[in-house]
Amino acid sequence: MNRIAVTSEGPSLDDQVDPRFGRTAGFLVVDLETMDTEYIDNGRSQVMAQGAGIQAAEIIAQAGVSCLLTGYVGPKAFQALAAAGIKVGQNLEGLTVRQAVERFKSGQVEMAQTPNRAGR
Amino acid sequence: MREIVIISGKGGTGKTSLTGAFAHLAGNKIICDLDVDAPDLHLLLQPKRERLEEFYSGNEADIDREKCDGCGLCASLCQFDAIKQNGDGFMVDPVRCEGCKVCVAFCPNEAIGFPEKHCGQWYISATRFGPLVHAQLFPGAENSGRLVMVLKQQARELAETRGAGLVLCDGAPGIGCPVISSLSGTHLAVAVTEPTPSGRHDLERVSDLCRHFQTALAVIINKHDLNPAEAARIEAFCRESGYPVIAQLPHDPLVTQAMVQGLVVTELPETDFSRELHQAWHKIEEMAGLKP
Amino acid sequence: MIVAVASGKGGTGKTTVAASLATVWDGPVCAVDLDVEEPNLHLFLQPNLTGRETAYMTVPQVDEAKCTYCGACSELCQFKAISVINRLVLTFPEMCHGCGGCMAICPEKAITAGQRELGEISWGQAAGAGFLAGTLRIGEAMSPPLMRQVKARLNQQLAADGGDAIIDAPPGVSCPAVNAVLDSDAVLLVTEPTPFGVYDFKLAWEAFTPLNKPMGAVINRAGVGNDAIYRFCREQKLPILAEIPYDRAIAEAYARGRVIADVSAGLKQTFISLRDQVRDLASPGRAQEAVHA
Repeated sequence: MNRIAVTSEGPSLDDQVDPRFGRTAGFLVVDLETMDTEYIDNGRSQVMAQGAGIQAAEIIAQAGVSCLLTGYVGPKAFQALAAAGIKVGQNLEGLTVRQAVERFKSGQVEMAQTPNRAGR
Repeated sequence: MREIVIISGKGGTGKTSLTGAFAHLAGNKIICDLDVDAPDLHLLLQPKRERLEEFYSGNEADIDREKCDGCGLCASLCQFDAIKQNGDGFMVDPVRCEGCKVCVAFCPNEAIGFPEKHCGQWYISATRFGPLVHAQLFPGAENSGRLVMVLKQQARELAETRGAGLVLCDGAPGIGCPVISSLSGTHLAVAVTEPTPSGRHDLERVSDLCRHFQTALAVIINKHDLNPAEAARIEAFCRESGYPVIAQLPHDPLVTQAMVQGLVVTELPETDFSRELHQAWHKIEEMAGLKP
Repeated sequence: MIVAVASGKGGTGKTTVAASLATVWDGPVCAVDLDVEEPNLHLFLQPNLTGRETAYMTVPQVDEAKCTYCGACSELCQFKAISVINRLVLTFPEMCHGCGGCMAICPEKAITAGQRELGEISWGQAAGAGFLAGTLRIGEAMSPPLMRQVKARLNQQLAADGGDAIIDAPPGVSCPAVNAVLDSDAVLLVTEPTPFGVYDFKLAWEAFTPLNKPMGAVINRAGVGNDAIYRFCREQKLPILAEIPYDRAIAEAYARGRVIADVSAGLKQTFISLRDQVRDLASPGRAQEAVHA
């Protein structure tokens, strides 16, 4: 299975990467071979007073992805993603989802060892 | 872009009055009042509201009297004493309800609703010193720090759009959730303290918190002449711990006079106090790596 | 009788008033510091501590041998203190609010009680008054769990020994402050007559009025600022039970950690009078008319 999730401001490949993970608008799940996409709304996490990142991790784990591309991730969410075996590529805000995926496919995205955002 | 938060540990040391003055002295910045529980900065800045947003956070349980058959399971499960008998049914006390959903999940009649909690409002306003991002929690609401994070996020985005190099925040007293959220991602915390046993004690705790979260800390001793011996003890503590004391300000009734007039102290005729404040601000700019 | 000393704004004199009241109290009384984030009452009362204990709260601990990863706990938890991801259960104990939901809902009874350290509870004696305080662990984000345990201890003590209690509450009007005054018989709202003091006082009044406790105001640093607080109290029919003048000598005594009721005969009388009025305010015989409009 070669599916990855990208935090996205909208449901298409040409939408901007949403820099947030826990409270992102939604996720675009991309099949790397066919470039077919599926959009998952993240409303469920956004309404949480705390733990949105952990909830978001559960959502994409259920979607069966091997990797996440996003802007920034906090330490608890990072822990949850690591536990789920989902690799994380950070600092990709400012790109479109399509651009982020292309970078990933061409091996330009370094997989994060630590979260890039302080906890609260 | 740099973010500076003015904190105190102990309340009443002069955090907000000093933040107001720094807002006057600072260059292109976004001002942010993170004391969402009891915000006072607006009393000095007279903001003109440009945007208002409702803030919802968490949920609360609500028992439907029609569906409730009075079995009392909810009350026996509630760890927060939030459910009491009311006539022949049960009722949730919104003040005690923690929003945990246990009663909702276990009610055999599915008689308990779980609406979102309307906790407060936040605003973006214009002031004579620049944009202000602020909020008001409704009295009694939970202060989990989430609203603080919303304000910080808004202030940062605004700084980016307006090309401001600084987000200057008035923090909350204490060391709990809201203060922890205030420190997240901040470049410099400035603790305002007073030369009293409480002031020193609370400074030690809030400085421990900053150390715990690896936030750079500088200290201002306000009203130092109230107890020079205690001020000296605080200075020694700061020196041993590696926190620069960037100013020792005299107690000055001017601060209250300015407050009563809805001004910040640097807008009044110059005194020793306001001169010291100017110097303190320059040191803060240096420490935070802000271009002068 | 339990009287809570609260305020909207920090630094108006809650601890000052609570400490002074405790020293002039005429009967068995326990001074309780519920400002667990920044407890200061001990600095003034200088108690002789006779005991202390670490306070813990229950957080989930999962026996993965029994867990089937059904996700019911994760689904229920509103705080994401427990999360089931694929075939793994993660717990985030620092997020737990102690509702017990996960333990109750687990069909396999795979979740038992683990612990998270909240801080410390200490107790002792201070010149004739009992003393009880909670001190939050640095890094612990929530105060209510520790506050509840201190209150539970107070209730045990009062049930066993009788007497009254004076609670030094945290500043503000959100859940820590409400938690502190929730189970009291009367609330004293301490403020200063400055614009910040008045604004936050109104917030406090709004927050505590729905709790239906008899309330009275104490004006500290009377003489600075303006009259707005007096007008507000008059409009809301909120009795002003004491005024402490703005006086550099008092400020300096406070700055040296002195109980201000000891500073002069006049000040002592102010607090004796406050004590008597508070008793009156909280007495069960008195009609508890709502003080809100």
